[in-house]
Amino acid sequence: MIQTKNLIKTFKDGDAETKVLKGIDFRAENGQFIVIMGRSGSGKSTFLYQMSLLDYPTSGQIIINGRDTSTMSSQERILFRLTQCGYVFQDYALLPELTALENVVLPLLMQGISKKTANTIAKEALTKVGLSHRFYNLPSHLSGGEQQRTSIARAIAHKPKILFADEPTANLDNESSKAILDIFQELHRQGQTIIMVTHEEQYAMLAQKIIRLDDGKIVFDTKN
Amino acid sequence: MFEKLILNSKIGLFLAFRQIKRSSWWTTGLIVFVMVLTFLNLVVVSGILVGLIEGSISAWHKQYTGDIIISSLANKDYIENSPNIVNLLKNIPDINQVSVRFNKGVILEANYQTKKTSDKSNTASAQLIGINPDKENQLTGLAGHVTEGSYLNSSDYDQVLIGNFLLKQYVPVDNPGFSALENVGVGTKIRIILGDVIKEVTVKGILKSKVDNVSMGLFMIDSEVKNLIGRNDGNATQIAINLKQNTDPLKIKSTLILAGVNKSAKVQTYVDAQPKFLKDIIATFAMLGNALSSIGLVVAAITIFIVIFINAITRRKFIGILKGIGINGQAIEIAYIFQSMFYAILGSSIGLLIVYLGLVPLFLAHPINFPFSDGILVAPFLETLIRVGLLVFATLIAGYIPARMIVRKNTLDSILGRN
Repeated sequence: MIQTKNLIKTFKDGDAETKVLKGIDFRAENGQFIVIMGRSGSGKSTFLYQMSLLDYPTSGQIIINGRDTSTMSSQERILFRLTQCGYVFQDYALLPELTALENVVLPLLMQGISKKTANTIAKEALTKVGLSHRFYNLPSHLSGGEQQRTSIARAIAHKPKILFADEPTANLDNESSKAILDIFQELHRQGQTIIMVTHEEQYAMLAQKIIRLDDGKIVFDTKN
Repeated sequence: MFEKLILNSKIGLFLAFRQIKRSSWWTTGLIVFVMVLTFLNLVVVSGILVGLIEGSISAWHKQYTGDIIISSLANKDYIENSPNIVNLLKNIPDINQVSVRFNKGVILEANYQTKKTSDKSNTASAQLIGINPDKENQLTGLAGHVTEGSYLNSSDYDQVLIGNFLLKQYVPVDNPGFSALENVGVGTKIRIILGDVIKEVTVKGILKSKVDNVSMGLFMIDSEVKNLIGRNDGNATQIAINLKQNTDPLKIKSTLILAGVNKSAKVQTYVDAQPKFLKDIIATFAMLGNALSSIGLVVAAITIFIVIFINAITRRKFIGILKGIGINGQAIEIAYIFQSMFYAILGSSIGLLIVYLGLVPLFLAHPINFPFSDGILVAPFLETLIRVGLLVFATLIAGYIPARMIVRKNTLDSILGRN
């Protein structure tokens, strides 16, 4: 379970202050597929960064599985990202000098898993996203859709409690986008908690719950 | 704690290996090339400086003093009881060769037969050295320094070998305080003047050497010199000794002192006998070499700092991603340390091959022709390894600092490229 209470995020630029999140109260239960929508600049990505502990909120609380994350040290936050959550970036965020397999293996090795086991797990994850023929390709030799699927494989390989996805289909064509959404749906069917940011209305229909943000506030919270 | 460090090191190695393997070969080659140059700067510059003096010392050792030299005490012109000392030397098994010398300062005169009363005398001061030609040649290889004419044999009574710096045509500069003989070559008759005693001799050969005692010496067979200087008791001025291989000169020096030789003579190893100016130059050049090496080390550290800093800056987004997916910052720092070490170790290894397989043999075969020595490249392996260690350590620190600077930046700012 992940919950935010009166979450505020303000950016400072000299004397100017921009309040991007204006007191968000939110709750996601385990196993839910939640889509966060909103127009550009509404704060949806910023909200995702706070929940995935990539960034620090200005004030408010983020509670994950009963633990107030404001009490976590930076090492605990890194450990949380390594073991408890998976993150799919909009621009894939693959490491260019690592093959698809190595990109997926790396976080597993960081968890102390042996190289052999990590390779097996990574291959399973890549096979799951339809990339069994691309293990040894560098990202530069993969299409955008394949890179995003590699990114998803990396995010799910260690079976995270929560999967965050920041506009995972924004840079993809329709066919690739559909393939990515199919993977998300399959993961959700298997019980994976997914929190996805998107601005594409048609994909929102796949979610159990839709959150709509506008000007840093939740203006719409509904269940499909 | 230790397990965590091991894990971070493994991840660091994993990342570093792949970053190097898949980076541009040109870039890697250029960085390694800079490291090779830095290494050479570190080793070769000081090595040549030291080698310049080492060449001089080595020449002094091999061409004149031998391993040990026994010479007259400061207040004496000769070594008392020289024959007894020579007999003692014959009974020391570690001694290989002995050359007994009879020295005396003399005036040389040339062209005296054709000189008019109004002409300036064609004279030069020299050190007359009486030798047993065979024994001297065995000890110092003197015959090898004859560049014109031929070497002495034991029956060459009125013949001499003359050092090149006593002849005007070989003196590179016209020094007002120094005179050399003009128009003298092989076959020329010259006079040796010692007080009232004058002896006419013929130049049999010309010696060329960068050791002053040879290049400014006049060599003659010992029996003739003894007659000339009136020393028929066999008391010599110097006794040069060469030892058998791997014999410690200090050990033989102690043996000679124990036998009482030091009561009638000065007993010195070739190191003790080095002229003070050489010792001073060695100390100065060593200091200069160390200063240049330190600068080289700083340059190497700055080079690596810049390389790693630019690398880390351009890869800031990926460093952010690594942290974003849960890779420990220490593992990322270690990756950069491994990269720095790779550049330093590969650069040093290539540098070592260049130095020991290329430059050292090259300089030995073709020494640099300095006016006062044949410069070689001195690079003692242990000292070079210490320099490699220093270079690796400096680059390690230089690689770590920029990596740490970038790793410490906010993860999300790095990913999004925000400042």
